[in-house]
Amino acid sequence: MDQSTPSRHHPLRGLRVLVTGGTSGLGRALVDELHQHGASVAFVARSEAAVARVAQEVPHALGIAGDVADKQAIHRIALQALGWRGGLDVLVNNASSLGPVPLAPLADTDCEAFEEALDTNVLGPFRLTKALLGALAASAREGRGGVVVNVSSDAAVNAYPNWGAYGASKAALLHMTRIWNEECAALGIRLLSFDPGDMDTPLHKLAVPEADPATLRRPRASARALVHAVAEAVRRARPADSDARTERAAASA
Amino acid sequence: MIAANSPVPRPADARLLVIDGDGHVSQAPRARWLDFLERGDLVVANDAATLPASLAGMHGASGAPIELRLAAWRSPMFRSSPEMDAVVFGAGDYRTRTEDRALPPRLQVGDALVFGSLRATVTRILAPGRFVRVRFDMPLADFWRELAGHGKPIQYAHMREPLALWDVWTTVAAMPVAFEPPSAGFLLDWRNLASLPARGIRFATLTHAAGLSSTGDRDLDHRLPLDEWYRIPESTAKAIRRALLDGGKVIAIGTTVVRALEHAARHGDEVASGEGVATGRIDASTRLRIVDAVLTGTHERGSSHHELLRAFASDRALTTGQDALDRHAYRTHEFGDSMLVFRRRMRARARNERALPSAA
Repeated sequence: MDQSTPSRHHPLRGLRVLVTGGTSGLGRALVDELHQHGASVAFVARSEAAVARVAQEVPHALGIAGDVADKQAIHRIALQALGWRGGLDVLVNNASSLGPVPLAPLADTDCEAFEEALDTNVLGPFRLTKALLGALAASAREGRGGVVVNVSSDAAVNAYPNWGAYGASKAALLHMTRIWNEECAALGIRLLSFDPGDMDTPLHKLAVPEADPATLRRPRASARALVHAVAEAVRRARPADSDARTERAAASA
Repeated sequence: MIAANSPVPRPADARLLVIDGDGHVSQAPRARWLDFLERGDLVVANDAATLPASLAGMHGASGAPIELRLAAWRSPMFRSSPEMDAVVFGAGDYRTRTEDRALPPRLQVGDALVFGSLRATVTRILAPGRFVRVRFDMPLADFWRELAGHGKPIQYAHMREPLALWDVWTTVAAMPVAFEPPSAGFLLDWRNLASLPARGIRFATLTHAAGLSSTGDRDLDHRLPLDEWYRIPESTAKAIRRALLDGGKVIAIGTTVVRALEHAARHGDEVASGEGVATGRIDASTRLRIVDAVLTGTHERGSSHHELLRAFASDRALTTGQDALDRHAYRTHEFGDSMLVFRRRMRARARNERALPSAA
């Protein structure tokens, strides 16, 4: 279990990061990007075969097979991620579900498909973040990190027909992130939303099969921007001076 | 006392028995525990997450069914092939009281213990019968995957339903190194923690790998607590130095925190940051150097937890407290009610001496 202090070179060096949905699209690009910046990367995905493949492609990364939409799987995922390196500094809730495929108007959407979008896009991130909050708070107290990034979408704020289940679930995730960020401020944990844009990914292909890939963003470019946002949040979080916070609060009490 | 048999970490009617520095006993709703603290105090909790430390499987050589309860490790900082102490039971499960559990087949060094795709090898016999050291010969990633897949939290005969992993993780659970939950920490919630700055109370954590609390064997139980690994972050050591200098009290959430802090300060009156292995017992003969009060569960007389309280309070005060627990039917065990025990008040001079750098 690596407790080494991150070096000055890159804010992510030596940080322990968990990425959900890490075997395809943005998540897969994130695993590479984080690894290249010296982070200790663990990733989660549903397919054991895909997890094994990516674990082979990215040496020193920890692959965890599990479904974040499954309540029973959350603590098993958290245990593996925390046990491997003794804690966690950054969590990226990236795994997403479109809901109905092909996309459908809300009136044609099966309740089960809507539930699947909520389970993956809202309850999964809620449960996983909650299970890992103790570790993230410890990371913040030690001045290492304590950052959660929830992957959002412009569908969370714009009303696109046929994107009802996805858009509503991402809107809920966006708002949950904002509220939780307020509640966690005193603990030094930061939660942020990140909209990666329309990317050339398997998920986008499912949603808009006719889209021309040339007009879409490369996942690598979005991953780079996300890592940059994490680095900024980590930089701002240090030093997590709980004494200073205590004094400020005591002075204003 | 009666057994708390439902895994509710913060029941609305949880109670708190307080023994103050003068030995006076009082009672309060546990939700009010912070009211007994003062501006400048430091609360220190154990942020160890609890392992699924119970494995059901079989003894390779004989094919006999066994339950392995992982018990302690001198360090969790493995690169591969983690090794730890464990207690082995024969057929049966947690619904039989630990004291009544069957012995496993005769164990020898080199024996394989098989739990589905997870395999352990006995590397040492620590005591005849059921106490062994085992090693899991596999890469670390595989160990955690298999443990997550096959392990269950250690269960208790007094619980109505089996405990799930989420039942045994406290709110602040971070590093999974404890074999049973550091249960005093169940009273913490994020609302508490967020309210501390406004009260002028600081909060810090350490990680203490709480070991198995009961082996079912009287002789082995006398060896408890086992040697336990701990780690104290620099930020926590700093917060303690500061509390001592400012005259604030150090409040330990749980006996594991007392054990780690007092062990880390054993050579002087200052807590060193870093890793250590806590050995020995804290009892009536221990001179506490760091901790001013402990918030803990209610414990039976004679248990090692109860012995530890004798370092804080006089036998007379503890007897009065214990009588109150019995009279008012406090709930005991992991999800039970709590006690807050302050250290016997010292004369002002002695207290001031402690705040100075070690003069010896």
